[in-house]
Amino acid sequence: MRSKIEKTHQRRLKETIFRDLKQNGSLYILILPVLAFYIIFAYGPMYGALIAFKDFSPAKGILGSNWVGLAHFKDFLTSHYFFRLLKNTLTISISTLVVTFPSAIIFALLINEIRTKWFAKTVQTITYMPHFISLVVMCGLVTNFTSSGGIINDLAALFRFERKTLLNDPRYFVPIYVVSDLWQHMGWNSIIYLAALAGIDQGLYEAASLDGAGRFRQTILITIPCIMPTIIIMFILAVGKIVNVGYEKIILLYNPVTYEKADVISSFVYRKGLEDMQFSYSTAVGLFNSLVTFILVTITNFLSRKYQGVGLW
Amino acid sequence: MKLMFVLFGTERNDYKMLDKPTWQQRIFGIVNGSIMIILMIVMFYPVWYVFCASFSNANEFIAYDGVLLLPIKPTIAAYEGAFRHPLIFDSYLNTLFIVIVGTALSTILTAIAAYFMSRKNVFFKRPISLMIIFTMYFNGGLVPLYLIVKNLGLLDSIASLILPSLLSVYNIVVMRAGFDSLPDSIEESAKIDGAGHIIILFRILLPIVLPTVAVIILYYGVSYWNAWFNASIFMKSRNKFPLQLVLRQILLENETNEMSSGIDTGDQMALSETIKHAVTMIATIPVLCLYPLLQKYFIKGIMIGAVKG
Repeated sequence: MRSKIEKTHQRRLKETIFRDLKQNGSLYILILPVLAFYIIFAYGPMYGALIAFKDFSPAKGILGSNWVGLAHFKDFLTSHYFFRLLKNTLTISISTLVVTFPSAIIFALLINEIRTKWFAKTVQTITYMPHFISLVVMCGLVTNFTSSGGIINDLAALFRFERKTLLNDPRYFVPIYVVSDLWQHMGWNSIIYLAALAGIDQGLYEAASLDGAGRFRQTILITIPCIMPTIIIMFILAVGKIVNVGYEKIILLYNPVTYEKADVISSFVYRKGLEDMQFSYSTAVGLFNSLVTFILVTITNFLSRKYQGVGLW
Repeated sequence: MKLMFVLFGTERNDYKMLDKPTWQQRIFGIVNGSIMIILMIVMFYPVWYVFCASFSNANEFIAYDGVLLLPIKPTIAAYEGAFRHPLIFDSYLNTLFIVIVGTALSTILTAIAAYFMSRKNVFFKRPISLMIIFTMYFNGGLVPLYLIVKNLGLLDSIASLILPSLLSVYNIVVMRAGFDSLPDSIEESAKIDGAGHIIILFRILLPIVLPTVAVIILYYGVSYWNAWFNASIFMKSRNKFPLQLVLRQILLENETNEMSSGIDTGDQMALSETIKHAVTMIATIPVLCLYPLLQKYFIKGIMIGAVKG
């Protein structure tokens, strides 16, 4: 009896698929290059990540190499690098988050208070500009400005500080990283909040001002609650990236002298994998990083869905 | 003082205030305006500094201590030196090629992917869409990607700088938002006239959502222009390097000898400093000139992405 029902289900499914292929066949053909891209360059590496559980040798290939189970993960988690990398990754990403996240919101609120249109436009144009400067050029600027003959040392010298190359001092790495990030992205990151601000119903302010609420109280009681959903979404995205400090900027700015404060998981993956050619070990570290990121995004998304009703999916 | 009030005047124009602004509001307006002016200086000065330095006389520039406001003894020696670098011109052409071909391919494929995801009554739409979106949150990592590129035989080819970064999920989502905003009737009438998917997509829908297409083109264009990392791991031959990678060698790894050769050592040191600034300007000016003209499109892209993302 049951098998009969299953059979009819199967037959129906087959019919639906057949009809779909007939009706939308050309659409599927159109999408093929896109699928090919994702299969080769996104799912290919995911399959290739199997080497994290193997002792990969290029001669034997991915399937032919011997399984070693979780040995590489164990190696990493028990190595003395692990805590240093985790600490640096969290320090850099949390400092960046704590500084840049609120700045963008406050900056948007301040721009929103400017009443002269052309002045607001000028402020926006100029503060968005650094976002378009390429990372390489930006890091070149940072290196130049923080060098012993650079402008920051020129200023420090006025106050009788000793001249030195700031990027060679581990203590300055995090501040330099955070400040340059703020410089490059604060204006740009504020756009999204400005959009949210523009969408607030002006009637709310009118009502509040009739009730005697001043500008500051209006900001606290109307503006902030109205842009809260945007803030939360941006926060989820930011938290998801917390263990995922991008390696590009780190690689451009760090050097062996500052590894103790500057080396993060992703830059370690890069160095081990592509400079030392430890393919399996590096992939295991990278996979560990991806997994933690994925879990973090899922958890924050779940929490915000539950308590705020907004989420990414 | 009066000008300050005009500039940062605190009256809300959007809705009527019965009273004149209070003195607190005026003070806030002035403070706020001053903060903005300081911020603009901080944001703009580094670029201005590089501009001035690149046109300055090298020796004078090195000896100069303090805040640079204008080029010192203007000269174009640094730019001449920069173009003496054997790779600057080649890499400029390489980057132009990558930007043009890459952006064209990326935009076409993004339009197709977004079109697919905005269809109705397509059986495999959901699984395929999920498969695409999942890649936003999870990836296999650097080494496996390197191995794939290597196994495909793409190492040290310009293709390795385009193919692996062909599509961005974010841009697909932005594009799909554009399609979703169109009424179904446009497409239905086209179908009745016998138009196939390609005609509907490229001849009918894309022209309607042209502003969104502009957004996508700009996003891809800028990302191809600025990309350097893939080149640093995939490319070996220096004559195939993109501009940003050459820049990295000049700015961060101090390879300026080839450009200041034939000059005595002291001057060479000084000139290599201003050459760095000249090279920075050469790589940045195209983007900085285009950006203010296209600003509204970039902003539009962020807003669509924010609503749908």
